[in-house]
Amino acid sequence: MADETLKKTPLNELHKSLGGKMVDFGGWELPVQYSGILDEHEAVRTRGGVFDVSHMGELTVRGPQALELLQRSTCNDVAKLEDGRAHYNGLLYPTGGFVDDILIYRIANDDYFVVVNASNTDKDYEWLAEQAKSFDVEVNNVSTQYAQLAVQGPDAERVLQSLTDVPLASIKYYRFAQGNVDGAPAIVSRTGYTGEDGFEVYLAPEHAPRLLQKLVDAGVKPCGLGARDTLRLEAKMALYGNDIDHTTTPIEADLGWIVKIEKGDFAGRDVLEREKAEGPRRKLVGFEMVDRGIARHGYPIVNGSEEVGVVTSGTHSPTLKKAIGLAYLPLDQSAQGTEFTVLIRGKETRARVIPTPFYKRAK
Amino acid sequence: MSSIPEDNKYAKSHEYAHAESDVATIGITDYAQAQLGDVVFVELPQVGTQLDANEELGSIESVKAVSELFAPVSGEVVEINEALNDNPALVNTDPYGDGWMIRIRMSDPTELDELMNAEEYEEYIEKEEGH
Repeated sequence: MADETLKKTPLNELHKSLGGKMVDFGGWELPVQYSGILDEHEAVRTRGGVFDVSHMGELTVRGPQALELLQRSTCNDVAKLEDGRAHYNGLLYPTGGFVDDILIYRIANDDYFVVVNASNTDKDYEWLAEQAKSFDVEVNNVSTQYAQLAVQGPDAERVLQSLTDVPLASIKYYRFAQGNVDGAPAIVSRTGYTGEDGFEVYLAPEHAPRLLQKLVDAGVKPCGLGARDTLRLEAKMALYGNDIDHTTTPIEADLGWIVKIEKGDFAGRDVLEREKAEGPRRKLVGFEMVDRGIARHGYPIVNGSEEVGVVTSGTHSPTLKKAIGLAYLPLDQSAQGTEFTVLIRGKETRARVIPTPFYKRAK
Repeated sequence: MSSIPEDNKYAKSHEYAHAESDVATIGITDYAQAQLGDVVFVELPQVGTQLDANEELGSIESVKAVSELFAPVSGEVVEINEALNDNPALVNTDPYGDGWMIRIRMSDPTELDELMNAEEYEEYIEKEEGH
């Protein structure tokens, strides 16, 4: 497992000493689990867990035309953001397909912090830097300057508050503050990828191991990528490379709520406007298995001998204790309750379209 | 290294066979379950199925991944562990006991001689860990 070519986060040594089972995740050596995926999943749903997501990329977009660049490159309305607020957005090609799905934090009118998927960091930076040539704006890749810890679950606020003077209760969902966490300058946002309440903390790499250790000492369970995937899937949060990519549009991916046609021109707008009016060719839906089995990423959906769709994510849901997943189906076969056939290693297996998210926390 | 029972024989694909007269109880080893992580689904053959040695007998799924199961010996499936339908985690908690998978009436018990003993299996997994 000691692969010298893998990139390491600043928490690599600590993961190993905490018993993390390390794997190659898109070129990064990261823990897939510590105590076990089911145990970690349950801890986040009922108490608290912490994830090292330092592999995620961070870009800064600064300058007089920062807003204009982001408005033209993405589908959500960046002009609606105020200082101290963040939102989920799609960085799009002119085809309407995703360059990436991203978070945009507005620090000031001319200063944005953009969080991107690890494996897309270079691609996103190059894409935005290319678009930036026609604007008075500077794009920088600052990924190596930040570690990121996600503290998630009902206990997240209480435990993190014990390590910071930033008044966490005043940070509402998808807002952020800058302040010291465990003595280190940080950005703290009430965001996450689990469907639970929680925070994401961005700080300099050298401070990250101490913070992780203190969170663990305070009773927050260290969690790996395995639980991160089951938690996000129950909450129906898309995973780039699985559920969305350059071939899928936000409308197809059932992310119409981040498509703001009325904001003005942007990459892919004409495609998305047409899909909104006429309906997309296919749609991402949630499903449960009717027959026994687990349908996983890439398994074909068939109607007789014809392949009509594909499973993009699938797992055993630890909370619901049944097999669930996401799949692209033709629009006219995507209504709730529709049954369809997945080939699980060649075997015809029945599944049914059901409402999403699969799991929604009680408020 | 956890203890590897001396009275089993072991396949390279990490199944064990525990033979009593001509019936072998088949499951996966403690090493294999630890590698897989939390087992959430086990698909087993029906009683009466004829299996050849090294033939796929079913599959086992952890949260993250699916793995195939192979028959270490040839014969007829005479019993399956129905308890795994409701509680597949038995494979994690007691792989050599309550987490057993199927029982095969062996058509050729000399096939057992081609499998590894506990000492050989321990060396085998140490080598596998090493690279």
